[in-house]
Amino acid sequence: MELFTSEITLAHYLSVAAILFVLGVFGIFINRKNVITILMSIELILLSVSINLVAFSAYSADLSGQIFSLFILTVAAAEAAIGLAILVVYFRNRGSIAVEDINVMKG
Amino acid sequence: MDFSSLTFLAALPEFILIFFALILVLVAAFARQSDGHMKTVRTISLVGYAAGFAALFLLPQGATEIFNGMFRIDGLTAYMKGLVLLGGFFACWLVSDGWGEGIDRAEFHLLVLMAILGMLLMISANDLISLYMALELQSLPLYVVAAMRTGSLKSSEAGLKYFLLGALSSGMLLYGASMVYGFSGSTGFTEIAASLTTGDISVGMTVGMVFLLSGLAFKISAAPFHMWTPDVYEGAPTPVTALFAIVPKVASITLMLSVTYNALGGMAMQWQQILIALSVISMIVGATGAIMQQNIKRMLAYSSIAHMGYALAGLASGSIEGATSVVIYMTTYVFMGAGSFAIIMSMRRDGAPVERISDLSGLSSTHPIQAAGMMVIMFSMAGIPPLAGFFAKWYVFLAAVDAGLVPLAIIGVLTSVIGAFYYLRIIRLMYFQEADAPLDKGGERNNRLVLFASLAVILLFFLFIGPVHDHASSISGALASFS
Repeated sequence: MELFTSEITLAHYLSVAAILFVLGVFGIFINRKNVITILMSIELILLSVSINLVAFSAYSADLSGQIFSLFILTVAAAEAAIGLAILVVYFRNRGSIAVEDINVMKG
Repeated sequence: MDFSSLTFLAALPEFILIFFALILVLVAAFARQSDGHMKTVRTISLVGYAAGFAALFLLPQGATEIFNGMFRIDGLTAYMKGLVLLGGFFACWLVSDGWGEGIDRAEFHLLVLMAILGMLLMISANDLISLYMALELQSLPLYVVAAMRTGSLKSSEAGLKYFLLGALSSGMLLYGASMVYGFSGSTGFTEIAASLTTGDISVGMTVGMVFLLSGLAFKISAAPFHMWTPDVYEGAPTPVTALFAIVPKVASITLMLSVTYNALGGMAMQWQQILIALSVISMIVGATGAIMQQNIKRMLAYSSIAHMGYALAGLASGSIEGATSVVIYMTTYVFMGAGSFAIIMSMRRDGAPVERISDLSGLSSTHPIQAAGMMVIMFSMAGIPPLAGFFAKWYVFLAAVDAGLVPLAIIGVLTSVIGAFYYLRIIRLMYFQEADAPLDKGGERNNRLVLFASLAVILLFFLFIGPVHDHASSISGALASFS
């Protein structure tokens, strides 16, 4: 199996990141149960981007990609905090965080 | 890094907003909650926007890049920042008393000020990192203000939807940014543009561009990424909807302008097709979606989707004329948004805000000035000459035809005709229908300044269209693709 013996190249990292990204996007759109799962999928997307950036940065010997990923981690923390805060407010009003219950407004 | 006085002068409006935001933090923390308290807070942020606007005239002339090339100022950014600050001033002015829970807190004005600061940074972003950070500085406060009325189910649902789709769009934008970084080898717009001048465009670069533009299309609510817009417009408290309708899209479309024309100018063939598709779908969705709406905020959401479609048609032209038409379009968009919300926000029945379209019926007999104002704004949105909206659409379609995009211009004209139907329906309701229950008197006093300023611009735009067009054209010439 050449796949497992050959050296890890940039393409491998990009593939992992792409798979994680697609998993994250599908987690948002296919998931019909719980908003928390959507928040986790968003984190997955951001982490896949970080893998991308760090891999590109390492293979092109340019630091700015790694710095970018640090900024993404910081913003992801703020984003998660705000998302959870809005979710708590929503739960107080609705009594549920099921995705199919987010339907007061339609059209 | 060189922190000379030029650095501070070039980012003066941003520093001024930071200063006022810090003051508001202290006021929010220490001042006692009372009736006079909100007036102080509102005055402080109004002064902040005005000071930021005044600072735009002190900026150094010509294109300058500071903070290691992350932050760019030129005539175009100064103009768009002026629009954003003016829109912020209008949106803040409209928030007077009586908006109830959530809005009557110092934090509301603080968050809006932060969001406006993010928009200014977005306009000046000249690097993928500063683009992302500015975009998030704009988005995160807006998520919170959408859910600001914590006791209301609609408001918190609007905040939740906005947050989830906004976070997804940021993720897509980031994935695109990482691909663009990887295949161009740099995060700076100037370096990315330089990397595109040599050799073929790689597939990775195209993929990155598609994701980057999709993420930005979410922010300007271009169809098919518009799903959040009607719900957020309807659910958010009306002062917040007014803010959404007036300001953020100016900053987002400027960002799109600088990404496409400054950074990715070398692959215009590729992004043109994306923008044409976005533009056509937005125009059609905006025009048809608004027809059946009963809620005026929801209707204006679809109307703004259509407006973004027209602006994107100008952007898709890829020429100086196209960039010029976007600048003119966004100028009229700010005033039409501010004027329409100045009227909507003064509509009350027994002290409670109303927002159904049918509540406007008979407005001409009870509130003649506002009915006339609404009529002018609706005619302008429909693109009836000689109002501002007509010239905006005229230059967009002219640019599209000049760039050889005749089908796009034809679809644009057809969808404007469909759009005229629902704008005229409002006029018919106001003038030819009896009011079932009249709206309150006197609610419009506070909003008069915004309404009359917007009406003056919309009505008298044709007098200044020559100088405005010349100025927009000369500042658009500073974009990297043309120099």
